[in-house]
Amino acid sequence: MTIDLILQKKNGEAPPPLEPLIYDLGAPGRIGVNLPDPDVPEAELPADLLRATLDLPEVSEMDVVRHFVRLSHLNYSIDTGFYPLGSCTMKYNPKLNEDMARLPGFAEIHPLQDPASVQGALAMMYTLQSWLAEISGMQAVSLQPAAGAQGEFAGILMIRAYHLANGEAHRTKIIVPDSAHGTNPATTAMAGLEVVEIPSDANGDVDLDKLREVCGEDVAGMMITVPNTLGVFEAHIKEIVDIIHGCGGLMYMDGANMNAMMGVAKPADLGFDVMHYNLHKTFSTPHGGGGPGSGPVAVNEKLADFLPGPIVTIIDEGSDEEPPLYGLTMPDKSIGRLKAFYGNFGMLVRAFAYIAVYGGAGLHAVTKHAVLNANYIRARLKGVYPMPFDRICGHEFVCEGHWPDAEGIHALDISKRLMDYDFHPPTNYFPLIVPEALLIEPTETESKEACDAFVEAMLAIAQEARENPDLLHDAPHKTPVGRVDDVRAAKQLVLCCRPVLDPEA
Amino acid sequence: MSYIPHTDADREAMLKVIGVESMDELFDRVAAEVRFPALDLPPGLSEMEVIAEMNGLAQANASANEYAIFLGAGAYRHFVPSIINHILLRGEFYTAYTPYQPELSQGTLQAIFEYQSMMCMLTGMEAANASHYDGATALAEAVTMAKAHFRDKRTKVIFSPGVHPQYRAVARTYHQGSGMNFVGDEGSASVADLAEQLDAQTALFVVQYPNFFGQIDDLTGLAERVHAAGALLCVVADPIALGLFKTPGALGADIVVGEGQPLGIPLSYGGPYLGFFATREQYVRKIAGRIVGETVDTHGRRAFVMTLRPREQDIRREKATSNICTNQGLMALAACVYLSVMGKRGLRQVAELCYHKAHYAAEQINRLDGYSVDMSKPFFKEFVVTCPRPVAEVNEILLEDYGIIGGYDLAQDYPDRPNQMLVAVTEMNPREEIDTLVEALAGAATHDHSHHHHHEPDAGLG
Repeated sequence: MTIDLILQKKNGEAPPPLEPLIYDLGAPGRIGVNLPDPDVPEAELPADLLRATLDLPEVSEMDVVRHFVRLSHLNYSIDTGFYPLGSCTMKYNPKLNEDMARLPGFAEIHPLQDPASVQGALAMMYTLQSWLAEISGMQAVSLQPAAGAQGEFAGILMIRAYHLANGEAHRTKIIVPDSAHGTNPATTAMAGLEVVEIPSDANGDVDLDKLREVCGEDVAGMMITVPNTLGVFEAHIKEIVDIIHGCGGLMYMDGANMNAMMGVAKPADLGFDVMHYNLHKTFSTPHGGGGPGSGPVAVNEKLADFLPGPIVTIIDEGSDEEPPLYGLTMPDKSIGRLKAFYGNFGMLVRAFAYIAVYGGAGLHAVTKHAVLNANYIRARLKGVYPMPFDRICGHEFVCEGHWPDAEGIHALDISKRLMDYDFHPPTNYFPLIVPEALLIEPTETESKEACDAFVEAMLAIAQEARENPDLLHDAPHKTPVGRVDDVRAAKQLVLCCRPVLDPEA
Repeated sequence: MSYIPHTDADREAMLKVIGVESMDELFDRVAAEVRFPALDLPPGLSEMEVIAEMNGLAQANASANEYAIFLGAGAYRHFVPSIINHILLRGEFYTAYTPYQPELSQGTLQAIFEYQSMMCMLTGMEAANASHYDGATALAEAVTMAKAHFRDKRTKVIFSPGVHPQYRAVARTYHQGSGMNFVGDEGSASVADLAEQLDAQTALFVVQYPNFFGQIDDLTGLAERVHAAGALLCVVADPIALGLFKTPGALGADIVVGEGQPLGIPLSYGGPYLGFFATREQYVRKIAGRIVGETVDTHGRRAFVMTLRPREQDIRREKATSNICTNQGLMALAACVYLSVMGKRGLRQVAELCYHKAHYAAEQINRLDGYSVDMSKPFFKEFVVTCPRPVAEVNEILLEDYGIIGGYDLAQDYPDRPNQMLVAVTEMNPREEIDTLVEALAGAATHDHSHHHHHEPDAGLG
């Protein structure tokens, strides 16, 4: 604690904010940007339609730069440290990709231009579609979904549309394991279908007997993650797929964990009918502090006509002298458009650059090293952190953040204490079926030294948990703010920095 | 490999700790018959080669960097101050994860809080969320919110045909299984006529401001009529227009959504953009997506945190208000920096520049033989031009002979509007460009149209 903080506590004052709000900076009349005067005759403004006031900051450009740079210093990021967040694949975001997305030929083209005038962009998208089809073994791809959850939504809407087209409107149930990401049940509900949750068995695999019990002619499909959210390649994928197909349902693969799958197995070969990718996980496009992401969907021949669109197709094959002509096409029975235009194009450019750097063998090496890192950390933590499933894992693994001999210590305390060691915590309290879960995913871009440093911190914390548990309870100590009061945030809602002035006042 | 740091010695040591002989052994649980398929992709390239390849692809596009552009229709080329890209390229922002751990994310959280605040000021609403994928999905989620608000007892949504056609399409995609139905946009009814369709089944009434054709519909008294029927009013707004015109809040809107791309985000062939969503505080618990709120930390220091979390999918699962997880966080930061640096006066100035230039262009074009501009209602930065020949033909001549990317062909979405072009003019179009457009349109009226060559790409990866 700093001296002034101690003094303020003594005097009962709240410590000053870390950084003023932008609204509290600047001065009336100050401007941050120089705009030209009109170079055309001024038209008369319709006085009765105009707003009277506009409450925005009045700051200089440097005020703004310093404000946001200071704010940036309050963040943890991949560029500043290790992010072992299970199911999030926080790998290094190559700088090359940022430059490519900002090339004027990509960044300064309008989505409604004549396709003939943006053939480079369409060629890039067409190629990416074919690459994602190859990696998954699927037949067709739509790049339109803006994030993984929207890719899931596309997939479930396609499954629904497929059954409707076959005259099977009674298929309304989607089976979801209890280990699933929350987006799976939420997506199902949004599509107007019913969620049937089934339990995992003692090994963390889908309980096949329970699965058979719920299978019937009302089943539309099943969503599962491969490897599953415990980081394990499900032992009975083939049986699961056969059970679902046997009762007329379709199989959806949540592609959040594709970083464990590239060149290991193609989802289509495993029997899946539809899946989504998270380009912001597997293919290194940055998370951006919460987005934008990109969630392309890949499907086999059963669902190709139902893809959300438009997608990029070849309109004219071309010849040796003439390149092919690419165009935008709506698939015949498309579920429709999921967003305006064609997807988060800037993310597609980045993912394209990433795949181009690696090639097929390189992507397989990505997966192998991601799995190597996860297993290495797992092996080193074994015996210190309880592990519900003691076996080789995929690109992530789950351990438990509590001990019988360290009562009162929870996964949350371990997570917060890790911050003092300058690590981002693992995903905690997910998957829901493991008590006090810590889901750890190092990704392939972390070196052995980085993995070792993380392990040392985890081991030190395990010792502190017994010897000085308050260190954990009160953690973090070294972050810009201490634990925050989220109950107060929800009870005394402050969502806007000052009352909105009645603009007509 | 560029981004894999392991040496042979590392691999050997790590495998030994794990207790396996090879990396392949780590995949024994995968069935042998599907294991290790070859990936038929081009061989990996060096960074230099990737740059050359992608430069080729980028150069095969006619970009607004080289061509004058008068195309809008939901995506606009506005001025993007240099500062924005510099802030977005700070690794602490763009390589950060979603701010679930507030102690490590105060930078992102405060920026989003400031963004929410600015969107409230701009729209005249009391609460805004941290973003949607784009304007169209923000509208689809507004429909979801209305559905939840009325607990599925009201299922009708009235769309003005002046709402962006793709936004209406996306709302329909989202709600194909939800039981909501959409009416009003089959013909060309005015907002006042549409209000006749309000009834006890109506959940939401949606208008766009300015509408898709660039015009400001007269919304006086609309909110009262919508509320009298017990329904909610959603306004799809252009955020630059809100720098000049009355707020939807002042017009009585309950929900304001829209596309935030004009706020410092490049065209980027349609994404990533920024869906904004703002509403009145009474509806805040029904909002989809992330919301940041102010609170304090253990020392009593002001801090920010994602709040009202029990609406979200990771906690509420099938009962969540939406499945949205990843949003457009970095784009919200772009808008926040944009609105900060533009400020109170700058945004108004940008809006006025658009207004003056669009009116200048409209008047000049309206004087041309064979062309007419619909100036029957007030308009902002876009207007409808009736051309003497199909818009596709006009645009081809504009591009090939004048280096101009022309306006949007309305016949694509409105069969009753053949030969009508939606022209957008922003502060980025200098007077000379507008004059060239006018000249080009005059030329296109009489141009002997023989089929032009397609713009050919120079390069393409296989």
